[in-house]
Amino acid sequence: MEIAASLGRFTLYRIQVLGRSGIFIFTAILQAFLPPFRISRLVKEIEFIGSKSFLIVFVTALFTGMVLGLQGYYSLSQFGAEAALGVMVALSIIRELGPVLCALMVSGRAGSAITAEIGIMKITDQFPALEMMAVDPLKYVVSPKVVAGIISLPLLTAFFDLIGIAGGYLVGVNLLGVSEGAYIGKLATAVTFRDIYGGIIKSLCFGLLITWIATFMGYTAEATTEGVSRATTNTVVLTALSILIVDYILTSLLL
Amino acid sequence: MIRVENLVKRYDGITASNHLTCRFERGKVTVILGGSGSGKSTLLRQLTGLEKPDEGAVYIDGKDLTTLSRKELFEIRKKMGMLFQGSALFNYMTIFENIAFPLREHTKIADNIIKTIVTMKLEMVGLRGTEHLMPSQLSGGMMKRVGLARAVVMDPTVIFYDEPTSGLDPISTGVIGKLIQDLNKALNITSIVVSHDIDSCFKIADNIILLYYGEIIANGTVDEIRNSTDERVKQFIQGAPEGPIPFARTAKNYLDEILYD
Repeated sequence: MEIAASLGRFTLYRIQVLGRSGIFIFTAILQAFLPPFRISRLVKEIEFIGSKSFLIVFVTALFTGMVLGLQGYYSLSQFGAEAALGVMVALSIIRELGPVLCALMVSGRAGSAITAEIGIMKITDQFPALEMMAVDPLKYVVSPKVVAGIISLPLLTAFFDLIGIAGGYLVGVNLLGVSEGAYIGKLATAVTFRDIYGGIIKSLCFGLLITWIATFMGYTAEATTEGVSRATTNTVVLTALSILIVDYILTSLLL
Repeated sequence: MIRVENLVKRYDGITASNHLTCRFERGKVTVILGGSGSGKSTLLRQLTGLEKPDEGAVYIDGKDLTTLSRKELFEIRKKMGMLFQGSALFNYMTIFENIAFPLREHTKIADNIIKTIVTMKLEMVGLRGTEHLMPSQLSGGMMKRVGLARAVVMDPTVIFYDEPTSGLDPISTGVIGKLIQDLNKALNITSIVVSHDIDSCFKIADNIILLYYGEIIANGTVDEIRNSTDERVKQFIQGAPEGPIPFARTAKNYLDEILYD
């Protein structure tokens, strides 16, 4: 009886949190479309989430592409199909690895930082301070971050795709001697708009997912130092897991 | 002027505001005094509309704060200033940006005039020249003064101070106290101070409201409170460890707990 009751309580609590987070993100996005618009806040957030992630995305993409070049060459050469290396690298990156790895890297770098920042604002009374100055904290702090995430992730993913394919080229063509024409030439015909479109949809969803989890965790963090550190850890774990799960769901829907 | 009528607020069975009725007059500094857990912060949060009471009303210039929409509340808040206990400065903005923030959000004042206003407010708190610093580069007392400059930048008609002198050295305490009085006189506003610091409270207050476990046990001018014959008021003012106000707050009998647990 005790166990059933506590299980029920736990489930109800989780569902309540989920509902609250839904209202939270809905309000934040709605507020983003209502005046006053704070373009400078949005630009600042895009700088933080987007442009400051460039280096880390660059390195990840380059080495992912290079590894794919090596592994792909090894597998394909067993069937004498080395010429398909470019297509293999490009499709794996554009359809799958680009959006997912990019989202994982951004969530590790920016997601945790967003949670910590919002949590610290909470500890130091900055939300009631905004309220007292007649500024809606959700609109001022959360909305720009969410919109910036949705804008930044597809752009970073496009950059990831480009660098990844170049990394594969570096290894395949310069190191292993695949012909340049075969690597590049087949891309245009083999990669369809559907592949790219699918990748973009994924990255849009991941952008929303990362900022949603990160801002909600920060906003609902207990107002103590332990509370904020716990929320930060939760953000990293939760975003990583949900990116992988949502990726599966999206892939099955988009195929 | 702010009028509070029959205010009730409960948290998990504890009554933090127990049918409070009082008024805060314009041109006067009113100090809400009380020990920790007396419900003074709760009262402040309800006065500012940060929290809604379970029962009762808060009238500011005739309007009941508890029935207003968020938009109307925000309109009233533009005429309110608040100094938070921890200053609540935005840590990612410079001192200048912090003080200019309400002006930038709510007015279309040109940049050069904003600069003039900010300089004037900083001069008032004696911190001109710190515009380009970040809040983390200031001491606690200086942060409070910047917080005060930010609270008054919109020329409010009501200013709330949450523990303005706690954790400050004696000189900073004196400076903040004098600023509160000067502002009140110069602008003829309603000043409401939440505090447990009796010495500085007697220095700056016109009126005092003494809270004890969610109830008003004394309400009057400084002299009335000082000469009160109520034992609880006397004990609080003198800070006496023995008296009608118990130090411990336990449900169980002490001997029972020690002997039979």
